[in-house]
Amino acid sequence: MFKTFKNLWWGLLVLIILSPLGLLATGTAFGEWGMDELVDEVGFIPAGLAKFADFWQHVVLPDYSVPGMEAGFGQAAAGYIISAVVGVLLVVLVISIFYRLAKD
Amino acid sequence: MHIPDGYLSPQTAIPMIAVMVPVLGVAANKVKNDLKKRQIPVLAAGAAFSFVIMMFNLPVPGGSSAHAVGAVLLAILLGPWAACLGVSVALIIQALVFGDGGILAVGANCFNIAFVMSFAGYYTHKLIKGAADKLSSRGMAAAFIGGYVGLNIAALTTALMFGAQYHLFQAADGTPLYFMYPIKIAVAAMMSEHLILAGPVEGLVTVIALWFVGKNYPALLSDSPKWIASNDKGVGSHV
Repeated sequence: MFKTFKNLWWGLLVLIILSPLGLLATGTAFGEWGMDELVDEVGFIPAGLAKFADFWQHVVLPDYSVPGMEAGFGQAAAGYIISAVVGVLLVVLVISIFYRLAKD
Repeated sequence: MHIPDGYLSPQTAIPMIAVMVPVLGVAANKVKNDLKKRQIPVLAAGAAFSFVIMMFNLPVPGGSSAHAVGAVLLAILLGPWAACLGVSVALIIQALVFGDGGILAVGANCFNIAFVMSFAGYYTHKLIKGAADKLSSRGMAAAFIGGYVGLNIAALTTALMFGAQYHLFQAADGTPLYFMYPIKIAVAAMMSEHLILAGPVEGLVTVIALWFVGKNYPALLSDSPKWIASNDKGVGSHV
């Protein structure tokens, strides 16, 4: 998977290292406020929203952070890079299924 | 643009999952049958690129944030179905592992960000590029506008899904049950930040990445991709 098109993967590695730049934008995207932000942003928590907001309980790296690594920008940046690496590897793992399925 | 759980009613979220299952089935079949083995690493790198580029949050004046997606780059390189599949894989992993976007909402998010964006961007690019070379100035303009239009149409369908909740689902006392602003506000808020900020960034990201791919692997940008059909070792020989 990594043998051909090596420069694409090198480019991706550079992006992964630069990814903590994304942490500088601290605002939450429109319509993505967490339960803790809703009261401030909206003024109330809709009943249906409260019911389903925590539907999925198995998030391992919440918001691209490593639990326990949140003290200061340095740790957050390291957690962000680790998250990017894990995400990229998982994406490649899933897509590699098609490497077996596709024909030469 | 990743809708979290709770913002869509189950009556919206579940049918969107039901829509995306066959769409992704078609996409998977297209990738399996229409792409060659040697193209799969490009799809993997493109999907991974999409994953990472979505982590580059852009500050929006007023305290919000937005980001590019990278779907149109993949659509230009490998076609809209492959882009739809690749970006969906990224979105599903973001939801499951990183809590970015909901699980109930994953169908809606794949519909907006992977399906709508890939197809809108792909056909916009195709229309504007015409017979020009992908790396020509017209081809680059087509890539920029393709990225811009693709992201903004995705933002629009997301805003419409958001806003529809307000009008369709309210408690007996009239308070909204899920997303809490009317369509007008949802569209105005989503579109202003994507038309002015995230859209141009998506356009730039598409152009720069396409240029990078073209400089390193010109064959990937060929409109008559002989390297896909031929059996020589042309693919890796640029490295």
